Amino acid sequence: MTSPLSELPVKISASFTRRGLGRGIFGKFLIYLLLSVTSLIYIFPIIWMLLTSLKPSYQVFSPDLLPNPVEWSNYPRSFTYTGLDFGKLYLNSTIITLTNVVGTVISSTIVAYGFARLHAPGKNLLFLLLLATMMIPFPVTMVPTFALFNFLGWIDTLLPVTIPALFGNAFNIFLLRQFFMTLPVELEEAARIDGANTMQIIYRVMAPLIIPAEAAVAVLTFQNTWNDYLTPQIYIRDQSLYTVAQGIRFLRGSLNPQWELMMAASLMAMLPVVILYLIAQRYFIEGITLTGIK
Amino acid sequence: MTAKIKSKPSYRRREIIAFYLCISPWLIGVILFVAGPMLASFLLSFTRWDYFSSIQWNGLRNYEKMLDDEYFWTALRVTFTFAALYVPLSQIISLSVALLLAKKIKGVGLFRTFFYLPAILSGTAYVVLWVWLFEPDRGLINNVLSWLGIKGPRWLSDPNTALYALVIMSLWGMGSSLMIYIAGLKNIPEQLYEAAELDGARRFSRFYYITLPMLSPTIFFNLVLVLIQTFQSYTTAAVATGGGPLDSTLFYLVYLYRRAFVNQEAGYAAALAWVLFLIILFFTLLVVRSSQAWVYYEGGKGKEKE
Repeated sequence: MTSPLSELPVKISASFTRRGLGRGIFGKFLIYLLLSVTSLIYIFPIIWMLLTSLKPSYQVFSPDLLPNPVEWSNYPRSFTYTGLDFGKLYLNSTIITLTNVVGTVISSTIVAYGFARLHAPGKNLLFLLLLATMMIPFPVTMVPTFALFNFLGWIDTLLPVTIPALFGNAFNIFLLRQFFMTLPVELEEAARIDGANTMQIIYRVMAPLIIPAEAAVAVLTFQNTWNDYLTPQIYIRDQSLYTVAQGIRFLRGSLNPQWELMMAASLMAMLPVVILYLIAQRYFIEGITLTGIK
Repeated sequence: MTAKIKSKPSYRRREIIAFYLCISPWLIGVILFVAGPMLASFLLSFTRWDYFSSIQWNGLRNYEKMLDDEYFWTALRVTFTFAALYVPLSQIISLSVALLLAKKIKGVGLFRTFFYLPAILSGTAYVVLWVWLFEPDRGLINNVLSWLGIKGPRWLSDPNTALYALVIMSLWGMGSSLMIYIAGLKNIPEQLYEAAELDGARRFSRFYYITLPMLSPTIFFNLVLVLIQTFQSYTTAAVATGGGPLDSTLFYLVYLYRRAFVNQEAGYAAALAWVLFLIILFFTLLVVRSSQAWVYYEGGKGKEKE
Protein backbone atom coordinates (compact mmCIF):
# COMPACT_ATOMS: atom_id res chain seq x y z
CA MET A 1 0.00 0.00 0.00
CA THR A 2 2.76 2.40 0.87
CA SER A 3 5.19 0.98 -1.62
CA PRO A 4 6.42 3.46 -4.23
CA LEU A 5 5.47 0.94 -6.87
CA SER A 6 1.80 1.56 -6.33
CA GLU A 7 2.15 5.00 -7.87
CA LEU A 8 3.28 3.65 -11.20
CA PRO A 9 0.69 3.83 -13.97
CA VAL A 10 1.28 0.18 -14.83
CA LYS A 11 -0.58 -0.73 -11.67
CA ILE A 12 -3.86 0.35 -13.20
CA SER A 13 -3.78 -2.26 -15.91
CA ALA A 14 -2.42 -4.86 -13.54
CA SER A 15 -5.23 -4.35 -11.09
CA PHE A 16 -7.73 -5.75 -13.57
CA THR A 17 -6.36 -9.20 -13.08
CA ARG A 18 -5.28 -8.87 -9.48
CA ARG A 19 -6.10 -11.90 -7.40
CA GLY A 20 -8.24 -13.24 -10.23
CA LEU A 21 -11.20 -14.71 -8.39
CA GLY A 22 -13.11 -12.18 -6.35
CA ARG A 23 -12.53 -9.28 -8.70
CA GLY A 24 -15.41 -7.72 -10.53
CA ILE A 25 -19.09 -8.37 -10.04
CA PHE A 26 -19.06 -11.77 -11.68
CA GLY A 27 -16.05 -12.92 -9.65
CA LYS A 28 -17.66 -11.72 -6.41
CA PHE A 29 -20.84 -13.56 -7.28
CA LEU A 30 -18.85 -16.72 -7.94
CA ILE A 31 -17.11 -16.46 -4.57
CA TYR A 32 -20.37 -15.93 -2.70
CA LEU A 33 -21.95 -18.83 -4.53
CA LEU A 34 -19.02 -21.11 -3.72
CA LEU A 35 -18.99 -20.04 -0.08
CA SER A 36 -22.75 -20.35 0.32
CA VAL A 37 -22.90 -23.83 -1.15
CA THR A 38 -19.91 -25.20 0.76
CA SER A 39 -20.96 -23.66 4.06
CA LEU A 40 -24.50 -24.96 3.62
CA ILE A 41 -23.14 -28.47 3.09
CA TYR A 42 -20.83 -27.96 6.01
CA ILE A 43 -23.55 -26.82 8.37
CA PHE A 44 -26.22 -29.20 7.10
CA PRO A 45 -25.55 -31.95 9.68
CA ILE A 46 -26.64 -29.50 12.38
CA ILE A 47 -29.82 -28.62 10.47
CA TRP A 48 -30.47 -32.34 9.94
CA MET A 49 -30.00 -32.92 13.67
CA LEU A 50 -32.57 -30.22 14.43
CA LEU A 51 -35.05 -31.65 11.91
CA THR A 52 -34.64 -35.19 13.24
CA SER A 53 -35.06 -34.03 16.81
CA LEU A 54 -38.51 -32.62 16.01
CA LYS A 55 -39.89 -35.63 14.18
CA PRO A 56 -42.39 -38.05 15.68
CA SER A 57 -40.69 -41.43 16.12
CA TYR A 58 -42.61 -43.11 13.27
CA GLN A 59 -41.32 -40.46 10.87
CA VAL A 60 -37.61 -40.75 11.67
CA PHE A 61 -37.04 -43.52 9.14
CA SER A 62 -39.26 -42.00 6.47
CA PRO A 63 -37.71 -40.03 3.61
CA ASP A 64 -39.52 -36.80 4.66
CA LEU A 65 -37.19 -33.88 5.15
CA LEU A 66 -39.39 -31.75 7.39
CA PRO A 67 -41.00 -32.97 10.59
CA ASN A 68 -44.76 -33.25 10.33
CA PRO A 69 -46.22 -32.74 12.86
CA VAL A 70 -43.51 -30.94 14.80
CA GLU A 71 -42.95 -32.96 17.97
CA TRP A 72 -41.69 -30.49 20.56
CA SER A 73 -42.30 -32.99 23.31
CA ASN A 74 -39.19 -34.88 22.15
CA TYR A 75 -37.12 -32.38 24.10
CA PRO A 76 -38.62 -32.88 27.55
CA ARG A 77 -38.84 -36.64 26.85
CA SER A 78 -35.16 -36.82 25.92
CA PHE A 79 -34.31 -35.68 29.43
CA THR A 80 -35.54 -38.81 31.16
CA TYR A 81 -36.46 -41.53 28.67
CA THR A 82 -33.51 -43.81 29.46
CA GLY A 83 -33.92 -43.44 33.20
CA LEU A 84 -30.91 -41.15 33.29
CA ASP A 85 -31.93 -37.82 34.80
CA PHE A 86 -30.38 -35.21 32.51
CA GLY A 87 -31.46 -32.39 34.82
CA LYS A 88 -28.99 -33.74 37.33
CA LEU A 89 -26.31 -34.18 34.65
CA TYR A 90 -26.67 -30.54 33.60
CA LEU A 91 -26.19 -29.54 37.21
CA ASN A 92 -23.04 -31.68 37.45
CA SER A 93 -21.59 -30.35 34.21
CA THR A 94 -22.36 -26.78 35.24
CA ILE A 95 -20.63 -27.19 38.60
CA ILE A 96 -17.59 -28.81 36.99
CA THR A 97 -17.34 -26.32 34.14
CA LEU A 98 -17.77 -23.19 36.24
CA THR A 99 -15.23 -24.41 38.82
CA ASN A 100 -12.76 -25.08 36.03
CA VAL A 101 -13.31 -21.70 34.38
CA VAL A 102 -13.12 -19.63 37.56
CA GLY A 103 -10.30 -21.70 39.04
CA THR A 104 -8.09 -21.67 36.00
CA VAL A 105 -8.65 -17.99 35.20
CA ILE A 106 -7.78 -16.84 38.72
CA SER A 107 -4.77 -19.07 39.29
CA SER A 108 -3.39 -18.75 35.76
CA THR A 109 -3.56 -14.96 36.03
CA ILE A 110 -1.53 -14.92 39.23
CA VAL A 111 1.08 -17.35 37.90
CA ALA A 112 1.27 -15.53 34.57
CA TYR A 113 1.89 -12.23 36.34
CA GLY A 114 4.71 -13.82 38.33
CA PHE A 115 6.38 -15.06 35.17
CA ALA A 116 5.83 -11.81 33.31
CA ARG A 117 6.89 -9.27 35.88
CA LEU A 118 8.69 -10.58 38.96
CA HIS A 119 12.36 -11.50 39.04
CA ALA A 120 13.85 -14.32 41.06
CA PRO A 121 16.61 -16.88 40.73
CA GLY A 122 15.43 -20.01 38.92
CA LYS A 123 12.74 -18.18 37.00
CA ASN A 124 14.08 -18.93 33.53
CA LEU A 125 14.46 -22.60 34.33
CA LEU A 126 10.92 -22.76 35.69
CA PHE A 127 9.61 -21.03 32.62
CA LEU A 128 11.28 -23.64 30.44
CA LEU A 129 9.63 -26.29 32.58
CA LEU A 130 6.28 -24.58 31.98
CA LEU A 131 6.81 -24.72 28.23
CA ALA A 132 7.93 -28.34 28.43
CA THR A 133 4.82 -29.41 30.33
CA MET A 134 2.66 -28.08 27.50
CA MET A 135 4.10 -30.83 25.29
CA ILE A 136 3.37 -33.75 27.63
CA PRO A 137 0.44 -35.79 26.37
CA PHE A 138 -2.32 -36.54 28.87
CA PRO A 139 -2.16 -40.35 28.48
CA VAL A 140 1.33 -40.48 30.03
CA THR A 141 0.11 -39.09 33.33
CA MET A 142 -3.31 -40.72 33.20
CA VAL A 143 -2.58 -43.97 35.07
CA PRO A 144 -0.63 -42.58 38.06
CA THR A 145 -3.05 -39.66 38.42
CA PHE A 146 -5.88 -42.14 38.64
CA ALA A 147 -3.88 -44.09 41.23
CA LEU A 148 -3.38 -40.91 43.25
CA PHE A 149 -7.06 -39.96 43.24
CA ASN A 150 -7.97 -43.56 43.95
CA PHE A 151 -5.61 -43.51 46.95
CA LEU A 152 -7.26 -40.31 48.18
CA GLY A 153 -10.69 -41.93 47.83
CA TRP A 154 -11.78 -39.38 45.25
CA ILE A 155 -13.21 -41.83 42.69
CA ASP A 156 -16.90 -41.16 42.13
CA THR A 157 -16.67 -37.63 43.44
CA LEU A 158 -16.42 -34.40 41.46
CA LEU A 159 -13.01 -33.64 43.01
CA PRO A 160 -10.76 -35.19 40.30
CA VAL A 161 -12.48 -33.17 37.59
CA THR A 162 -12.43 -29.86 39.47
CA ILE A 163 -9.47 -29.63 41.88
CA PRO A 164 -6.67 -29.87 39.25
CA ALA A 165 -8.02 -26.73 37.55
CA LEU A 166 -7.28 -24.68 40.66
CA PHE A 167 -3.57 -25.08 39.94
CA GLY A 168 -3.75 -23.28 36.63
CA ASN A 169 -2.96 -24.61 33.22
CA ALA A 170 0.40 -24.27 31.44
CA PHE A 171 -1.14 -23.23 28.14
CA ASN A 172 -3.30 -20.51 29.72
CA ILE A 173 -0.45 -19.27 31.87
CA PHE A 174 1.71 -18.91 28.79
CA LEU A 175 -1.03 -17.08 26.89
CA LEU A 176 -1.72 -14.60 29.71
CA ARG A 177 1.99 -14.07 30.34
CA GLN A 178 2.44 -13.03 26.70
CA PHE A 179 -0.25 -10.40 27.21
CA PHE A 180 1.15 -9.12 30.51
CA MET A 181 4.52 -8.70 28.79
CA THR A 182 3.04 -6.15 26.39
CA LEU A 183 1.84 -3.80 29.15
CA PRO A 184 4.05 -0.85 30.19
CA VAL A 185 5.87 -1.25 33.53
CA GLU A 186 5.06 2.34 34.57
CA LEU A 187 1.49 1.37 35.39
CA GLU A 188 2.52 -0.96 38.18
CA GLU A 189 5.20 1.35 39.48
CA ALA A 190 2.66 4.09 39.99
CA ALA A 191 0.39 1.67 41.86
CA ARG A 192 3.26 0.38 43.94
CA ILE A 193 4.24 3.90 44.99
CA ASP A 194 0.65 4.37 46.08
CA GLY A 195 1.21 1.41 48.40
CA ALA A 196 -0.53 -1.38 46.51
CA ASN A 197 0.65 -4.93 47.19
CA THR A 198 1.23 -7.56 44.51
CA MET A 199 -2.26 -9.03 44.66
CA GLN A 200 -3.84 -5.59 44.43
CA ILE A 201 -1.64 -4.77 41.48
CA ILE A 202 -2.68 -7.96 39.71
CA TYR A 203 -6.39 -7.57 40.33
CA ARG A 204 -6.83 -3.80 40.31
CA VAL A 205 -4.31 -2.74 37.70
CA MET A 206 -3.07 -5.55 35.48
CA ALA A 207 -5.90 -8.07 35.05
CA PRO A 208 -8.45 -5.46 33.90
CA LEU A 209 -6.06 -4.50 31.09
CA ILE A 210 -5.97 -7.96 29.58
CA ILE A 211 -9.68 -8.75 29.75
CA PRO A 212 -9.77 -9.95 26.11
CA ALA A 213 -7.10 -12.54 26.92
CA GLU A 214 -8.85 -13.55 30.14
CA ALA A 215 -12.06 -13.95 28.15
CA ALA A 216 -10.28 -16.11 25.59
CA VAL A 217 -8.96 -18.33 28.37
CA ALA A 218 -12.40 -18.48 29.98
CA VAL A 219 -14.30 -19.46 26.83
CA LEU A 220 -11.71 -22.05 25.76
CA THR A 221 -11.74 -23.60 29.23
CA PHE A 222 -15.53 -23.62 29.21
CA GLN A 223 -15.60 -25.35 25.83
CA ASN A 224 -12.93 -27.92 26.71
CA THR A 225 -14.42 -28.79 30.08
CA TRP A 226 -18.00 -28.98 28.87
CA ASN A 227 -17.04 -31.22 25.94
CA ASP A 228 -14.51 -33.37 27.76
CA TYR A 229 -15.45 -37.02 27.87
CA LEU A 230 -12.27 -38.94 28.71
CA THR A 231 -11.52 -37.36 32.10
CA PRO A 232 -14.97 -37.76 33.66
CA GLN A 233 -15.18 -41.25 32.13
CA ILE A 234 -12.06 -42.24 34.09
CA TYR A 235 -13.20 -40.94 37.47
CA ILE A 236 -16.97 -40.99 37.47
CA ARG A 237 -18.86 -44.28 37.26
CA ASP A 238 -21.80 -43.31 39.48
CA GLN A 239 -24.58 -42.32 37.10
CA SER A 240 -25.92 -39.62 39.38
CA LEU A 241 -22.55 -37.83 39.04
CA TYR A 242 -22.29 -38.20 35.24
CA THR A 243 -21.57 -35.17 33.10
CA VAL A 244 -23.76 -34.32 30.11
CA ALA A 245 -21.07 -35.68 27.76
CA GLN A 246 -21.17 -39.00 29.58
CA GLY A 247 -24.96 -38.99 29.47
CA ILE A 248 -24.93 -38.62 25.68
CA ARG A 249 -22.47 -41.51 25.47
CA PHE A 250 -24.86 -43.53 27.61
CA LEU A 251 -27.71 -42.89 25.13
CA ARG A 252 -25.47 -44.08 22.31
CA GLY A 253 -25.02 -47.35 24.19
CA SER A 254 -28.71 -48.19 24.18
CA LEU A 255 -29.55 -51.25 22.09
CA ASN A 256 -32.66 -49.78 20.53
CA PRO A 257 -31.66 -46.23 19.59
CA GLN A 258 -34.43 -43.65 19.47
CA TRP A 259 -32.76 -41.23 17.11
CA GLU A 260 -35.24 -38.37 17.49
CA LEU A 261 -34.66 -38.36 21.26
CA MET A 262 -30.91 -38.83 20.93
CA MET A 263 -30.73 -35.89 18.53
CA ALA A 264 -32.82 -33.75 20.87
CA ALA A 265 -30.52 -34.62 23.78
CA SER A 266 -27.37 -34.04 21.68
CA LEU A 267 -28.59 -30.69 20.45
CA MET A 268 -29.34 -29.61 24.01
CA ALA A 269 -25.89 -30.78 25.08
CA MET A 270 -24.26 -28.65 22.39
CA LEU A 271 -26.34 -25.59 23.14
CA PRO A 272 -24.38 -24.01 26.03
CA VAL A 273 -21.14 -23.93 24.04
CA VAL A 274 -22.89 -22.75 20.87
CA ILE A 275 -24.61 -19.89 22.69
CA LEU A 276 -21.35 -18.90 24.33
CA TYR A 277 -19.64 -19.07 20.94
CA LEU A 278 -22.20 -16.83 19.28
CA ILE A 279 -21.92 -14.28 22.09
CA ALA A 280 -18.17 -14.36 22.52
CA GLN A 281 -17.05 -15.50 19.09
CA ARG A 282 -14.24 -12.99 18.98
CA TYR A 283 -12.61 -14.51 22.05
CA PHE A 284 -12.84 -18.08 20.78
CA ILE A 285 -11.06 -17.15 17.59
CA GLU A 286 -8.58 -14.93 19.41
CA GLY A 287 -7.72 -17.74 21.79
CA ILE A 288 -7.13 -20.14 18.91
CA THR A 289 -5.18 -17.83 16.66
CA LEU A 290 -3.09 -15.83 19.13
CA THR A 291 -1.52 -18.94 20.51
CA GLY A 292 -0.88 -20.10 16.98
CA ILE A 293 0.79 -17.00 15.70
CA LYS A 294 2.72 -15.50 18.61
CA MET B 1 19.13 -10.83 24.71
CA THR B 2 18.87 -7.32 26.07
CA ALA B 3 20.81 -5.65 28.84
CA LYS B 4 18.26 -6.71 31.41
CA ILE B 5 20.12 -9.89 32.26
CA LYS B 6 23.47 -8.12 32.42
CA SER B 7 22.36 -5.72 35.15
CA LYS B 8 23.42 -6.86 38.59
CA PRO B 9 21.51 -10.03 39.58
CA SER B 10 20.71 -8.56 42.98
CA TYR B 11 17.19 -9.74 43.55
CA ARG B 12 15.14 -8.07 46.21
CA ARG B 13 14.11 -10.59 48.82
CA ARG B 14 10.52 -9.47 48.82
CA GLU B 15 10.30 -9.85 45.09
CA ILE B 16 11.70 -13.38 45.24
CA ILE B 17 9.11 -14.33 47.83
CA ALA B 18 6.37 -12.68 45.76
CA PHE B 19 7.49 -14.56 42.63
CA TYR B 20 7.44 -17.94 44.30
CA LEU B 21 4.13 -17.21 45.98
CA CYS B 22 2.63 -16.19 42.65
CA ILE B 23 3.76 -19.27 40.78
CA SER B 24 3.15 -21.66 43.68
CA PRO B 25 -0.24 -22.88 42.41
CA TRP B 26 1.32 -23.95 39.13
CA LEU B 27 4.46 -25.34 40.76
CA ILE B 28 2.45 -27.51 43.16
CA GLY B 29 0.18 -28.56 40.31
CA VAL B 30 3.11 -29.55 38.13
CA ILE B 31 4.63 -31.68 40.88
CA LEU B 32 1.32 -33.34 41.75
CA PHE B 33 -0.25 -33.76 38.34
CA VAL B 34 2.51 -33.66 35.72
CA ALA B 35 6.11 -34.30 36.79
CA GLY B 36 5.23 -36.67 39.63
CA PRO B 37 2.80 -38.79 37.60
CA MET B 38 5.18 -38.82 34.67
CA LEU B 39 8.00 -40.25 36.75
CA ALA B 40 5.57 -42.60 38.50
CA SER B 41 4.27 -43.75 35.14
CA PHE B 42 7.81 -44.56 34.01
CA LEU B 43 8.48 -46.58 37.16
CA LEU B 44 5.08 -48.28 37.01
CA SER B 45 5.84 -49.46 33.50
CA PHE B 46 8.29 -51.95 35.03
CA THR B 47 5.75 -53.35 37.47
CA ARG B 48 2.56 -55.36 37.76
CA TRP B 49 -0.18 -53.58 39.64
CA ASP B 50 -3.97 -53.47 39.84
CA TYR B 51 -4.22 -50.17 41.84
CA PHE B 52 -5.12 -52.06 45.02
CA SER B 53 -2.83 -54.95 45.98
CA SER B 54 0.91 -54.46 46.50
CA ILE B 55 3.07 -53.48 43.54
CA GLN B 56 5.24 -56.23 42.03
CA TRP B 57 8.47 -55.58 40.17
CA ASN B 58 8.18 -56.97 36.68
CA GLY B 59 11.40 -55.88 34.99
CA LEU B 60 11.10 -55.44 31.24
CA ARG B 61 8.32 -57.98 30.93
CA ASN B 62 5.62 -55.39 30.14
CA TYR B 63 7.61 -54.24 27.14
CA GLU B 64 8.30 -57.81 26.05
CA LYS B 65 4.61 -58.59 26.38
CA MET B 66 3.84 -55.70 24.06
CA LEU B 67 5.86 -57.28 21.26
CA ASP B 68 3.63 -60.36 21.37
CA ASP B 69 0.41 -58.43 21.98
CA GLU B 70 -1.52 -58.50 18.72
CA TYR B 71 -3.95 -55.83 19.96
CA PHE B 72 -1.04 -53.49 20.54
CA TRP B 73 0.04 -53.90 16.90
CA THR B 74 -3.54 -53.53 15.70
CA ALA B 75 -3.90 -50.34 17.72
CA LEU B 76 -0.66 -49.00 16.27
CA ARG B 77 -1.69 -49.83 12.71
CA VAL B 78 -5.15 -48.29 13.15
CA THR B 79 -3.76 -45.13 14.73
CA PHE B 80 -1.09 -44.69 12.06
CA THR B 81 -3.57 -45.29 9.24
CA PHE B 82 -5.94 -42.76 10.76
CA ALA B 83 -3.16 -40.20 11.18
CA ALA B 84 -1.82 -40.80 7.66
CA LEU B 85 -5.26 -39.97 6.26
CA TYR B 86 -6.52 -37.35 8.67
CA VAL B 87 -3.44 -35.14 9.08
CA PRO B 88 -2.80 -34.37 5.38
CA LEU B 89 -6.50 -34.24 4.45
CA SER B 90 -7.43 -31.89 7.28
CA GLN B 91 -4.56 -29.58 6.38
CA ILE B 92 -5.31 -29.52 2.64
CA ILE B 93 -9.02 -28.89 3.19
CA SER B 94 -8.64 -26.28 5.92
CA LEU B 95 -6.00 -24.42 3.91
CA SER B 96 -8.18 -24.44 0.79
CA VAL B 97 -11.18 -23.09 2.69
CA ALA B 98 -8.94 -20.55 4.43
CA LEU B 99 -7.83 -19.21 1.04
CA LEU B 100 -11.47 -18.36 0.32
CA LEU B 101 -12.28 -17.05 3.79
CA ALA B 102 -9.22 -14.81 4.04
CA LYS B 103 -10.52 -12.62 1.22
CA LYS B 104 -11.60 -9.16 2.14
CA ILE B 105 -15.21 -9.34 1.07
CA LYS B 106 -18.42 -8.38 2.81
CA GLY B 107 -20.13 -10.97 4.95
CA VAL B 108 -17.15 -13.28 5.08
CA GLY B 109 -17.39 -13.27 8.88
CA LEU B 110 -20.69 -15.12 8.72
CA PHE B 111 -19.13 -17.91 6.65
CA ARG B 112 -16.25 -18.10 9.09
CA THR B 113 -18.76 -18.59 11.91
CA PHE B 114 -20.29 -21.51 10.02
CA PHE B 115 -17.00 -23.22 9.27
CA TYR B 116 -15.68 -22.88 12.80
CA LEU B 117 -18.91 -23.95 14.51
CA PRO B 118 -18.36 -27.75 14.36
CA ALA B 119 -14.92 -27.34 15.95
CA ILE B 120 -16.45 -26.11 19.20
CA LEU B 121 -18.85 -29.05 19.30
CA SER B 122 -16.22 -31.73 19.66
CA GLY B 123 -17.40 -34.19 22.23
CA THR B 124 -19.82 -37.03 22.53
CA ALA B 125 -22.80 -35.15 21.04
CA TYR B 126 -20.76 -34.43 17.90
CA VAL B 127 -20.00 -38.13 17.51
CA VAL B 128 -23.57 -39.24 18.19
CA LEU B 129 -24.77 -36.85 15.49
CA TRP B 130 -22.37 -38.46 13.01
CA VAL B 131 -23.39 -41.96 14.02
CA TRP B 132 -26.89 -40.92 12.98
CA LEU B 133 -25.64 -39.42 9.68
CA PHE B 134 -23.77 -42.67 8.94
CA GLU B 135 -26.75 -44.86 9.83
CA PRO B 136 -26.66 -47.43 6.99
CA ASP B 137 -30.36 -47.58 6.12
CA ARG B 138 -31.86 -44.17 6.80
CA GLY B 139 -28.88 -42.00 7.59
CA LEU B 140 -28.47 -38.74 5.71
CA ILE B 141 -25.26 -39.79 3.94
CA ASN B 142 -26.57 -43.02 2.44
CA ASN B 143 -29.82 -41.25 1.58
CA VAL B 144 -27.94 -38.67 -0.45
CA LEU B 145 -25.83 -41.41 -2.04
CA SER B 146 -28.94 -43.33 -3.04
CA TRP B 147 -30.35 -40.25 -4.83
CA LEU B 148 -27.16 -40.32 -6.85
CA GLY B 149 -27.74 -43.98 -7.57
CA ILE B 150 -24.97 -45.21 -5.31
CA LYS B 151 -25.57 -47.87 -2.72
CA GLY B 152 -23.74 -46.56 0.34
CA PRO B 153 -21.63 -48.90 2.46
CA ARG B 154 -22.57 -49.88 6.00
CA TRP B 155 -20.01 -47.36 7.27
CA LEU B 156 -19.49 -47.80 11.02
CA SER B 157 -20.73 -51.39 11.09
CA ASP B 158 -18.38 -52.56 8.35
CA PRO B 159 -14.74 -53.22 9.34
CA ASN B 160 -13.64 -52.15 5.86
CA THR B 161 -15.17 -48.69 6.05
CA ALA B 162 -15.43 -47.83 9.75
CA LEU B 163 -12.04 -46.14 9.96
CA TYR B 164 -12.76 -44.02 6.86
CA ALA B 165 -16.06 -42.98 8.41
CA LEU B 166 -14.14 -41.79 11.46
CA VAL B 167 -11.77 -39.80 9.22
CA ILE B 168 -14.72 -38.07 7.52
CA MET B 169 -16.35 -37.47 10.89
CA SER B 170 -13.18 -35.88 12.27
CA LEU B 171 -12.63 -33.68 9.22
CA TRP B 172 -15.83 -31.82 10.06
CA GLY B 173 -14.12 -30.38 13.15
CA MET B 174 -11.02 -28.97 11.46
CA GLY B 175 -12.06 -25.40 12.36
CA SER B 176 -9.10 -24.51 14.55
CA SER B 177 -6.59 -25.33 11.80
CA LEU B 178 -8.75 -23.22 9.52
CA MET B 179 -8.74 -20.21 11.86
CA ILE B 180 -4.98 -20.41 12.30
CA TYR B 181 -4.53 -20.50 8.52
CA ILE B 182 -6.80 -17.48 8.06
CA ALA B 183 -4.75 -15.54 10.61
CA GLY B 184 -1.54 -16.66 8.90
CA LEU B 185 -2.82 -15.60 5.47
CA LYS B 186 -3.78 -12.18 6.75
CA ASN B 187 -0.22 -11.64 7.94
CA ILE B 188 1.21 -11.92 4.44
CA PRO B 189 1.99 -8.38 3.25
CA GLU B 190 -0.11 -7.25 0.30
CA GLN B 191 2.90 -5.64 -1.38
CA LEU B 192 4.35 -9.05 -2.20
CA TYR B 193 1.33 -9.85 -4.36
CA GLU B 194 1.37 -6.40 -5.94
CA ALA B 195 5.01 -6.75 -6.86
CA ALA B 196 4.42 -10.21 -8.28
CA GLU B 197 1.59 -8.93 -10.44
CA LEU B 198 3.81 -6.28 -11.89
CA ASP B 199 6.16 -9.06 -12.84
CA GLY B 200 3.23 -10.80 -14.49
CA ALA B 201 2.96 -13.73 -12.10
CA ARG B 202 -0.16 -15.80 -12.59
CA ARG B 203 -2.46 -17.00 -9.85
CA PHE B 204 -0.80 -20.36 -9.40
CA SER B 205 2.73 -18.89 -9.30
CA ARG B 206 1.59 -16.33 -6.77
CA PHE B 207 0.26 -19.12 -4.58
CA TYR B 208 3.33 -21.29 -5.05
CA TYR B 209 6.02 -18.64 -4.73
CA ILE B 210 4.43 -16.25 -2.23
CA THR B 211 1.54 -17.76 -0.28
CA LEU B 212 3.08 -21.16 0.40
CA PRO B 213 6.54 -19.99 1.58
CA MET B 214 5.08 -17.11 3.62
CA LEU B 215 2.58 -19.47 5.19
CA SER B 216 5.05 -22.29 5.86
CA PRO B 217 5.61 -21.37 9.54
CA THR B 218 1.84 -21.55 10.05
CA ILE B 219 1.62 -24.87 8.21
CA PHE B 220 4.44 -26.15 10.38
CA PHE B 221 2.67 -25.05 13.56
CA ASN B 222 -0.63 -26.62 12.53
CA LEU B 223 1.08 -29.83 11.49
CA VAL B 224 2.75 -30.30 14.87
CA LEU B 225 -0.45 -29.47 16.73
CA VAL B 226 -2.69 -31.76 14.70
CA LEU B 227 -0.17 -34.60 14.76
CA ILE B 228 0.03 -34.53 18.56
CA GLN B 229 -3.76 -34.41 18.85
CA THR B 230 -4.37 -37.15 16.30
CA PHE B 231 -2.23 -39.71 18.09
CA GLN B 232 -4.33 -39.04 21.20
CA SER B 233 -7.73 -39.41 19.52
CA TYR B 234 -10.14 -41.09 21.83
CA THR B 235 -13.71 -39.82 21.91
CA THR B 236 -14.59 -40.44 18.24
CA ALA B 237 -13.77 -44.15 18.33
CA ALA B 238 -14.83 -44.66 21.96
CA VAL B 239 -18.32 -43.32 21.30
CA ALA B 240 -18.91 -44.24 17.65
CA THR B 241 -17.55 -47.78 17.51
CA GLY B 242 -15.94 -48.66 20.83
CA GLY B 243 -12.92 -49.81 18.79
CA GLY B 244 -14.86 -52.22 16.60
CA PRO B 245 -16.08 -53.75 14.40
CA LEU B 246 -13.38 -56.44 14.55
CA ASP B 247 -10.96 -53.92 16.10
CA SER B 248 -10.90 -51.96 12.85
CA THR B 249 -11.04 -48.66 14.76
CA LEU B 250 -9.04 -49.63 17.82
CA PHE B 251 -7.32 -46.29 18.43
CA TYR B 252 -4.24 -46.52 20.60
CA LEU B 253 -5.84 -44.54 23.40
CA VAL B 254 -8.99 -46.66 23.30
CA TYR B 255 -6.82 -49.74 23.82
CA LEU B 256 -4.78 -48.01 26.50
CA TYR B 257 -7.95 -47.01 28.33
CA ARG B 258 -9.18 -50.60 28.18
CA ARG B 259 -5.97 -51.95 29.71
CA ALA B 260 -5.73 -49.19 32.30
CA PHE B 261 -9.28 -48.92 33.56
CA VAL B 262 -11.24 -51.94 32.40
CA ASN B 263 -8.61 -54.64 32.97
CA GLN B 264 -6.95 -52.55 35.70
CA GLU B 265 -3.44 -53.40 34.51
CA ALA B 266 -1.71 -50.24 35.72
CA GLY B 267 1.80 -51.49 34.96
CA TYR B 268 1.11 -52.60 31.41
CA ALA B 269 -0.98 -49.48 30.72
CA ALA B 270 1.87 -47.28 31.95
CA ALA B 271 4.23 -49.04 29.54
CA LEU B 272 1.75 -48.52 26.69
CA ALA B 273 1.47 -44.85 27.66
CA TRP B 274 5.23 -44.38 27.56
CA VAL B 275 5.46 -45.98 24.15
CA LEU B 276 2.75 -43.59 22.91
CA PHE B 277 4.66 -40.68 24.43
CA LEU B 278 7.86 -41.73 22.64
CA ILE B 279 6.00 -42.13 19.34
CA ILE B 280 4.52 -38.64 19.65
CA LEU B 281 7.90 -37.23 20.63
CA PHE B 282 9.57 -38.96 17.68
CA PHE B 283 7.13 -37.62 15.10
CA THR B 284 7.13 -34.14 16.58
CA LEU B 285 10.92 -34.03 16.42
CA LEU B 286 10.81 -35.41 12.89
CA VAL B 287 8.55 -32.56 11.79
CA VAL B 288 10.67 -30.02 13.68
CA ARG B 289 13.88 -31.33 12.09
CA SER B 290 12.40 -31.46 8.62
CA SER B 291 11.03 -27.95 9.03
CA GLN B 292 14.50 -26.51 8.51
CA ALA B 293 14.27 -27.66 4.92
CA TRP B 294 10.83 -26.35 4.08
CA VAL B 295 9.81 -23.64 6.55
CA TYR B 296 10.68 -20.20 5.31
CA TYR B 297 11.32 -17.50 7.87
CA GLU B 298 11.36 -13.94 6.67
CA GLY B 299 14.85 -12.48 6.55
CA GLY B 300 16.38 -15.96 6.83
CA LYS B 301 16.02 -15.84 10.62
CA GLY B 302 15.50 -19.57 10.76
CA LYS B 303 18.80 -20.41 9.16
CA GLU B 304 21.01 -17.85 10.87
CA LYS B 305 19.98 -18.90 14.33
CA GLU B 306 20.71 -22.57 13.80
